[in-house]
Amino acid sequence: MKIPRQPMLHQDEHVRRANFDEVALGYTEETAKKEAERCLQCKKPLCSEGCPVGVLIPQFIKALREGDMPKAVEAMKVKNNLPAICGRVCPQESQCEGKCILGKKGEPVAIGRLERFVGDYELAHRTCPLNAAPPTGKKVAVVGTGPAGLTCAVDVAREGHTVTMFESLHGPGGVLIYGIPEFRLPKSVVHGEIDYAAKCLGIEIRSDHVIGRTITLDELLAEYDAVFLGTGAGLPSFMRIPGINLNGVMSANEFLTRVNLMKGYLFPNYDTPVKAGRKVAVIGAGNVAMDAARCSARIQHLHAQQNGTQPGEVHIVYRRSKEEIPARAEEVHHAMEEGIIFDLLTNPIEIMGDSTGKVVGMRCIRMELGEPDASGRRKPVPIAGSEFEMEVDTVIMALGTNPNPIVFVDAEGLERTKYGTAVADNDTGRTKKQRVWAGGDVVTGAATVISAMGAGKRAAADINKFLKGEAAW
Amino acid sequence: MYKILEKQVLSDVTKLMVIEAPHVAQKAKAGQFIIVRIDENGERIPLTIADFDRKAGTITIIFQEVGKSTLQLGAMKAGDSVSTFVGPLGHPTEIENFGTVVCMGGGVGIAPIYPIARALKEGGNKVISIIGARTKDLLFWEDKMKAVSDELHICTDDGSHGRKALVTEPLKEVLEDKSRAVAKVWAIGPAVMMKFVSQTTKPFGVPTIVSLNTIMIDGTGMCGGCRVLLEDGAQFVCVDGPEFDGHKVDWGNLLSRLSFYKEEEKAAVDHYKNHICNLDKAVAEGGK
Ligand SMILES: Cc1cc2nc3c(=O)[nH]c(=O)nc-3n(C[C@H](O)[C@H](O)[C@H](O)COP(=O)(O)OP(=O)(O)OC[C@H]3O[C@@H](n4cnc5c(N)ncnc54)[C@H](O)[C@@H]3O)c2cc1C
Ligand SMILES: Cc1cc2nc3c(=O)[nH]c(=O)nc-3n(C[C@H](O)[C@H](O)[C@H](O)COP(=O)(O)OP(=O)(O)OC[C@H]3O[C@@H](n4cnc5c(N)ncnc54)[C@H](O)[C@@H]3O)c2cc1C
Ligand code: SF4
Ligand code: FES
Repeated sequence: MKIPRQPMLHQDEHVRRANFDEVALGYTEETAKKEAERCLQCKKPLCSEGCPVGVLIPQFIKALREGDMPKAVEAMKVKNNLPAICGRVCPQESQCEGKCILGKKGEPVAIGRLERFVGDYELAHRTCPLNAAPPTGKKVAVVGTGPAGLTCAVDVAREGHTVTMFESLHGPGGVLIYGIPEFRLPKSVVHGEIDYAAKCLGIEIRSDHVIGRTITLDELLAEYDAVFLGTGAGLPSFMRIPGINLNGVMSANEFLTRVNLMKGYLFPNYDTPVKAGRKVAVIGAGNVAMDAARCSARIQHLHAQQNGTQPGEVHIVYRRSKEEIPARAEEVHHAMEEGIIFDLLTNPIEIMGDSTGKVVGMRCIRMELGEPDASGRRKPVPIAGSEFEMEVDTVIMALGTNPNPIVFVDAEGLERTKYGTAVADNDTGRTKKQRVWAGGDVVTGAATVISAMGAGKRAAADINKFLKGEAAW
Repeated sequence: MYKILEKQVLSDVTKLMVIEAPHVAQKAKAGQFIIVRIDENGERIPLTIADFDRKAGTITIIFQEVGKSTLQLGAMKAGDSVSTFVGPLGHPTEIENFGTVVCMGGGVGIAPIYPIARALKEGGNKVISIIGARTKDLLFWEDKMKAVSDELHICTDDGSHGRKALVTEPLKEVLEDKSRAVAKVWAIGPAVMMKFVSQTTKPFGVPTIVSLNTIMIDGTGMCGGCRVLLEDGAQFVCVDGPEFDGHKVDWGNLLSRLSFYKEEEKAAVDHYKNHICNLDKAVAEGGK
């Protein structure tokens, strides 16, 4: 009998609206094995081709199926240091699972869920000890502690080089900590990975260091043999429409940082306040927008419970149609289950305020899809005369981000594109500045966790070669 | 962790602290700021670098207790530590020989104006300083300001010390006195004070630099929470400032944005005071 794709347990959609606990509960050993049974063990696995870092998918699934968990972990870690994280946040539907042969006729193997299962097993059992080679005496600085920096640091430290990581915020993890909410990626998972790597490999993490201000890149180069920049793309964009500075308009970064990094949802037990009004509009429909919307809804429900009032509404306002939504399918699905309202083919043109400067509404225009643009997606065009007003008191801009320029201060020769991203070779991560490598969002602009990890890995390989004297600059 | 090496009580609500933070002291310049977070539950709050000592690896901060975080910080003692101390952030003040300049400090703004006045004096300027506060008890550093100024005017709202006037009064007189030919004005203090200083200097066409204190989180340009409206669009105070041309600032917008979290700030103070009371009670009962 053909085994169907195994479902994963989820927290009930009505309960989870008022808490920040993880939504997807993961596979049990039994369901994981059953799901692993479905894999055809293709000779030419399309799934691996679809994975940006080429995880040895059939191999890890085979080991899992045979019940050899340490071996599954080992196969996984050849290409991916952080499976518990990737299993939770990768857009599998457009990567491995999107290519899986079973998906042609029915449902693809739930590779992401299996990856998560293997990752969680490793977190709990630590079957794959991180060992460092004997010390080489070389020193490497890694700037930024997101997935790109973490991956690079681990791969460089394993070769016996001394690694110091610099982070401007008060703790490591990058977007994994300040952006992606607890209910999607528990902080304990991220901290678990970081602490383990730091402990096993002796990686030192210096928080509260803004490179470009506290120390400049050139100063780092005087002290370290190689520098890797994984500073991400954290600079928010705001729409250029009237009303953007009104009270109640904020970037998704601000909102998510207040909520996640500063634990604003636990205010006043934590000191950083966070507001989600009664009618929230989140502009954009990427992962960032989904996270902002779902955090807003949770805060509304928490407040409503505390005050005995009604929760309110959260809207996603997006100028294209459902087909073009860039967020992970699973998150869009979860957001809908949680009652987020989608206003598609809609674009704000003005935010309106009251006499005290608070947001009270938003003027929008309806859109239709025209000819495909450079990205291949059909371009949204405003429909003349279709303006209308929405009543809102909070507007969260989730329109994408750019690299933060601070790291480029006093870093002569570090070239940047007109989009503000660092110029770096795709295969090696080398920038235009000697002994400086870069990877992740700082090079590509806002992308994905797995692509940042891949870039960190490739740069680490080149740094290791360079430090061994196997490759000249 | 960053240790508090020294604490001084400048007034009932104004405290000075010397903090051990060599990585910040190494780079610090007048006009820049740091971000401090007291403990794991704390919020990140910006404070101006009032002074620094590279050799000792220390930064001096001066703050006024206005809400939960500054109250809590003010209750700490020498020997205690804060968990986050990051900087230096923002652009340093640009110091040149301009001729005659006016340095205005309102309330806790006296602290950050002091190193600027000192640097301007050292830079060969004739420095006229005007400091003010609501009442005598809130004034501090009169002597220090005097030492770096050619002329010092002191005002209090209630007349308890110096002249009973707002700081804009002596400012106007100085500007009207053609013999002094003021080249530039710096003003640091509450937003309302900076707004009125800018309005006072505008008709005279005297360039006026203000140091804006918006609400901040990261202080590195990542959240956009600190943005201000200027004549030519929005800018981020943490990376583009904190100093701006006072004549270009949309003060209405700034003041309104500063009050956005008023309710929450009040709740935080209530929660904090309550917590402290309960703690005191527990300690008292435990002692019985
Ligand atoms: C809300 C949100 C949700 C997302 N959801 C997903 C998802 O579901 N799936 C997915 O694949 N991707 C998702 N992404 C994208 C993904 O998180 C990023 O592509 C990825 O984190 C990029 O990794 P990175 O290492 O390049 O940079 P980051 O994770 O951004 O880390 C950069 C680090 O560098 C630090 N830094 C910056 N400048 C300096 C400096 N000058 N000195 C010192 N430190 C500095 C920053 O504080 C930060 O900690 C999401 C992004 C956001 C914002
Ligand atoms: C670049 C910069 C430098 C600063 N330097 C100093 C300094 O040297 N000394 C000092 O005492 N203060 C300084 N401030 C202001 C200081 O950051 C705030 O007073 C502090 O954040 C208040 O925190 P709290 O939790 O105690 O009060 P909150 O509970 O946050 O606020 C209490 C009251 O203060 C107001 N408030 C909140 N945040 C600010 C703010 N950023 N600025 C002004 N008022 C605010 C609120 O409207 C409220 O009425 C600076 C601010 C900036 C942006
Ligand atoms: S493509 Fe699908 S069936 Fe084939 S090996 Fe990969 S996961 Fe298994
Ligand atoms: S404080 Fe976040 S951008 Fe300035």
